[in-house]
Amino acid sequence: MFKILRDLLRYNKEFLFGTILILIIVGLIVSSFFSPYDETAIYVVIPDMPPSAEFWFGTTSRGQDVFWQIGASLRNTLLFGIIVAVVSRLIALVVGLVSGYIGGRTDQIIMGINDTLGALPNIPILLLLVFVLRDQMTWSMLAVVAALLGWTHDSRLIRSVALSLRQREFTRHAVFSGMRTSQILVREHLPYVMPIVFFTTMNNLIWAIGLEVTLSILGFSDINRPTIGGMIYWANAHSAMVAGIWWWVAFPMLFVVILFLGLFMLAMSVNEYIDPRSRLARMGA
Amino acid sequence: MNGFLIYAGKRFLQFLFVVVTGITLAFLIAHFSPVDPVEQTVSLLTSFGSTDPQSVEILRQSLRELYGTGGPLIDQYFTFWGRVLTGDFGPSLSSFPTPVMTVIGRALPWTVGLLTLATIIAWIIGNLLGALAGYFRNSRLLKLAGIVIMALQPIPTYIIGLSLVILFGFVWPILPISGGAQVNLTPAFNWAFISSVIEHGILPALTLVLVGIGGWFISMRSLVSNIITDDHVVYAELGGVRSSSIFSYYVARNAMLPQVTGLALSLGNVFGGAVIVEFVFNYPGIGKLLISGIYSGDYSLVLGVTTIAIIAVAAAVFVIDIIYPLIDPRVKLG
Repeated sequence: MFKILRDLLRYNKEFLFGTILILIIVGLIVSSFFSPYDETAIYVVIPDMPPSAEFWFGTTSRGQDVFWQIGASLRNTLLFGIIVAVVSRLIALVVGLVSGYIGGRTDQIIMGINDTLGALPNIPILLLLVFVLRDQMTWSMLAVVAALLGWTHDSRLIRSVALSLRQREFTRHAVFSGMRTSQILVREHLPYVMPIVFFTTMNNLIWAIGLEVTLSILGFSDINRPTIGGMIYWANAHSAMVAGIWWWVAFPMLFVVILFLGLFMLAMSVNEYIDPRSRLARMGA
Repeated sequence: MNGFLIYAGKRFLQFLFVVVTGITLAFLIAHFSPVDPVEQTVSLLTSFGSTDPQSVEILRQSLRELYGTGGPLIDQYFTFWGRVLTGDFGPSLSSFPTPVMTVIGRALPWTVGLLTLATIIAWIIGNLLGALAGYFRNSRLLKLAGIVIMALQPIPTYIIGLSLVILFGFVWPILPISGGAQVNLTPAFNWAFISSVIEHGILPALTLVLVGIGGWFISMRSLVSNIITDDHVVYAELGGVRSSSIFSYYVARNAMLPQVTGLALSLGNVFGGAVIVEFVFNYPGIGKLLISGIYSGDYSLVLGVTTIAIIAVAAAVFVIDIIYPLIDPRVKLG
């Protein structure tokens, strides 16, 4: 594991760059635990102060220090993405492995449902849900809903691998030696699909964070909990751009771009590492 | 041709299945919500004055009629389907008494125009650059373009849109940053109006193009770099076929097919991008309609837009599915 990491850091520029960007984000998130202010408290500092030695990123019209807000926001936004990614990975894994292993009619039915769900437009359905739930739409509820929407494509990928694993000799051995289906799926097949799981996790994380930012900017999530989108929502609500308080909008934008670029670079380089063909191309073969 | 009919029939069944599931889901979400739209509207209207209990009860009755939320659930479900099939979602509350369908009909051309244009431009540029970058792998210019495009790709739509607003609206104000056309112009088929529409469309379209281009670029580049190691390409190179012909006939053509499927799949996601782009640029399309419907608590409008979006996306995927075998002879019919 460490050897792989060391190789990637040494030979893969994207991975190195991505790691540096993510370390900046992680640093800010860690620092947010030492914040002198409560993350949801308002009017704790002088409002509308431009960036200075005292307030590194300035302060908002709601009297919050942008620096400490950014840390807490990044933590919440990333946490949202991680929850969505983990939950939807579990669903995708179960659906993909079961569908691919059992095959036949069951597979057809499961994949029919899978494709139908995948073909539904996510945003309108999500917005409808936000609309009818209103104030009951908490942050964690939103994460669960997003997770329920974001797995269909990846379960198909996992199924395609499971389909070929089913034909392999070792699966037959496992069946004859009396392993239960669940044991075969977890012990024998799971390791083979882990690379796909890792790769799709990155993409799903990027998707989920983008969703959170979008919905929060529109004011459709828990707006009192600091998130990157939530910060921009409040800045819009106070017309920060028109009032010339650019730092309130600029810093969340800057750091969400850093977060996205970092995750994207890591996803790209890990994908390249997993796919031997592009590794060969890099080596000049 | 018989095979094609079976294929088309199967696809059509799937299309129907998607629509039915989607609309059922929308119905269930709307009806199992803890918020009763009737009570909500009643409290909204009574907060402005009229508190006579008898008139409130009459109001409640007529609203229940309007939203189709009276009677047992199964009846409501069929009432809802009746509304979907006749395209009658009742009057919009926020722009009473205009019917929801008229409001949607007014917004639809804006969104369809903007999205079609932006998606196609992004698709063409992304694929073209991706194919070139995959084929001429040592070109410095293409490498640089690749880095820029890939850096833009993961950035959320809102951030790119807002950056463009700041850049072209405040720093270098040359383009309108809000609305679909100049307000004082009446929609007509004349140059003043059309040019205004184009002018107002540039930044929203540019945002969508910048967001969309990266995905096409990346997948096309990797497809092409896989194809150029295939035997038939190597053989053509050894046979002295001009590299421009190899590129267009041997490589790009083969790589196109998965990209066409991708186009269909992306249509579903494009709607999400449209919502935020229309929000940023205050563009008078479906997305902005949906958002303002949510803000103003316009129940029938939100349900109507969601239903239209589900049908539209499913139909787009269906159409692309039908065209697909005409492009790719290898696709299995039947």
